[in-house]
Amino acid sequence: MSDIQLLRLTGITKTYATVQALAGVDLDVRAGEIHAVLGENGAGKSTLMKAIFGAVQPDAGRIEWQGESVTIDSPIAARSRGIAMVFQHFALFESMTVVENVALALGGNTPLRVLANQVAEVSTRYGLPVNPWQPVHRLSVGERQRVEIVRCLLQSPRLLIMDEPTSVLTPQAIDQLFVTLRRLAAEGTAILYVSHKLDEIRRLCDRATIIRGGRVVSTVDPRVQTESGLAELMIGRSFPQTERRAKSEGAVALEVAGLDVPADGPFGTALRSISFRVHAGEVLGIAGISGNGQTELLAALLGAVPLSAQAIMLGDLPVGRLGAAERRARGLAFVPEERLGVGAVPEMSLAQNALLTAYGEGLVAHGFVVPERSRAYAAKCIDDYGVRAAGVEAPAASLSGGNLQKFIVGREIAQSPRVLILAQPTWGVDVAATALIRQRVIDLAAAGVAVLVISEDLTEILEICDRVAVLAAGRLSPERDVHATNAAEIGRWMAGGFSQPELQVSA
Amino acid sequence: MSVSITPLVASAVAAALPLLIAALGELVTERAGLLNLGVEGMMLLGALASFVAVTHGAGLPLAVACGLLAGMAGALVFGLLTISLQASQVATGLSLTILGTGISSFLGRGYVGYRAPASFEPIAVPWLSDLPIIGPLFELNILGYAAVVIMIAVGWLLARTRAGLALRSVGESPVVARALGLKVTRIRYAAVLFGGAMAGLAGTYYALAQLKMWQEGLTSGNGWIALALVVFATWRPGRVAIGALLFGGVTALGLWLQTVGVGVSTFALASLPYLATVVVLVSISADQQALRRFAPAALGKPFFDGD
Repeated sequence: MSDIQLLRLTGITKTYATVQALAGVDLDVRAGEIHAVLGENGAGKSTLMKAIFGAVQPDAGRIEWQGESVTIDSPIAARSRGIAMVFQHFALFESMTVVENVALALGGNTPLRVLANQVAEVSTRYGLPVNPWQPVHRLSVGERQRVEIVRCLLQSPRLLIMDEPTSVLTPQAIDQLFVTLRRLAAEGTAILYVSHKLDEIRRLCDRATIIRGGRVVSTVDPRVQTESGLAELMIGRSFPQTERRAKSEGAVALEVAGLDVPADGPFGTALRSISFRVHAGEVLGIAGISGNGQTELLAALLGAVPLSAQAIMLGDLPVGRLGAAERRARGLAFVPEERLGVGAVPEMSLAQNALLTAYGEGLVAHGFVVPERSRAYAAKCIDDYGVRAAGVEAPAASLSGGNLQKFIVGREIAQSPRVLILAQPTWGVDVAATALIRQRVIDLAAAGVAVLVISEDLTEILEICDRVAVLAAGRLSPERDVHATNAAEIGRWMAGGFSQPELQVSA
Repeated sequence: MSVSITPLVASAVAAALPLLIAALGELVTERAGLLNLGVEGMMLLGALASFVAVTHGAGLPLAVACGLLAGMAGALVFGLLTISLQASQVATGLSLTILGTGISSFLGRGYVGYRAPASFEPIAVPWLSDLPIIGPLFELNILGYAAVVIMIAVGWLLARTRAGLALRSVGESPVVARALGLKVTRIRYAAVLFGGAMAGLAGTYYALAQLKMWQEGLTSGNGWIALALVVFATWRPGRVAIGALLFGGVTALGLWLQTVGVGVSTFALASLPYLATVVVLVSISADQQALRRFAPAALGKPFFDGD
């Protein structure tokens, strides 16, 4: 790290309609440093990065680049100054090849063959193997990220912005990424590393700027901070801890046996003989990176694909042939991955959204909806889970991700299910809501409900599950007791490093 | 039966060319992510403009320019509403067809039954045009040759050029394209206007190269067939040509059967191309995998180009 000032932001402010996303943010970045921007979901990190990258125009404030005051009015302007960005949700076109994707971002008219050679060269130099002629939809998530990084490096950036780069990587891929980033920094490239993962920031970054509610709280050296210290700075109070209950395992409540499901479209992954059991009173976690069959498994569990009756057993009941509503009526509840669009209808009020799955709870009488009952049901969910919303008539789309997720979880749990399935339950949810949701899931299992959690978040799996298996490339790994495994083993499995068990025997 | 097949090929090719032109325009529009159902309306606008121009003494090149511009004017309306104002593409496209049909029959009512004073006539390529069966492919009018050139150009543009890559990218994901710094709105307007120009040219073809006279609704629903062709071809230019010949062939077959004197109602025979459209669309949509692989992912979805 040198002391050369590369980027300095002063008083950056951005207001959307009624929400102030950034309220006078100051930030300085030096050449060759790895600088963390730490904050909760919704703290304003992404907006700030977009302002630097020219994708968002700040309402007020000054941007200085290499000592001179500049306006960055588009990503093209940012790129021409040497600012590159790797997006959290990859900016890649699935139907195109790697080199075509690179060509689109670089502009110009370099022939694809020449560009492909450059891609190969950069990817060897930085240990980021990619095949330039592969179509992107065939690549794993880790490979896609490499494409993104290679694409940025081809522009020889002075500043590389990484927005939540590890949220989709296995622990091993994260280590590999850090090696690359350190090498880049050593060559003088500044890296802005946006994350809410404290351990990574402590391992990787030279400085950390912490943002809360659109303001800079503090700039610290993360290497000398404790994780709980950083967490307190990030959320403004002490870090909520979940409390485990004693495991009270009962009979098998959900059994999946030899499940084969074809891929969901050309970019999906087929499931190959998936078998597992969830007992009453336990939480089974299925770890793994999205795109490895998670969509297909969820569709099968929900009742969206035709199966044989015995493929899914709810207790003693074969439910493989039943649709979603019939499975719900038999005690299955479901918190899907997409909150808006699958979990809730964005335009409809919370009361109406409550009705959508909880109609069996007496919200319908003689075939007619009883509006006051669904309002009461929604109000109860709002109270029990501390949902911040403008009342039961507020449209689902008006809630923040964390609040809507609390509402959906509340709506499902209040139906007293026998089996609860949650997909990515805390994705994009703030720390406080995450802790609440995880605690309720643990409590629910302690009360004798069988819970299945499908999640990319390894921390989450290790925190709330009793047993864990990994879904990789459409196959399910052996199961492990959560105390008998560790992040490294699960990480290897996430990359496909396991042999499929001959016979699934659950304890 | 000692009837030569060559005249059948000739009329198949003649019916295919305007379909090919209009479908190529729509293909480019759809590759950019916009579904313009107004092809029929834009064709009629183009047909009217070029016919009126010729009738009032304009030369053929000027008439073609009028046809192109009229089609583009229709497309511009579509672009303003759907790209700039994010109106529903389906509703806007349907309205454009109704609008084009209405305008052309209203302004064209004084011209009904008039013959075009100038028209496009076939130019035979020496020797090649005398070949059996494929001979008619080398005896096209200048618009027909233009159609072939446009098809090759569109294919080359989409597959080989940076501009084609940019066009495909905005149809795939305008959000990503914008994040990469592409001018999504500009690219989409260009694609829509090209689609309008091609529809206008196809209309001109019907007015001045095929019927050579004015009658109400002279495109007789072929704009819809062009739309179906794009799906049939799963958004690939070469296949559009094959599809156009196939549809042209069905049309020609109907006419040919009438002249040969098969004892089937002429109405039933005239409905053959439309029936074929239905059959083809149903069979294509049965293959969901292929549709999802080749269809522009953002087709028909509104996109707001701003933050």
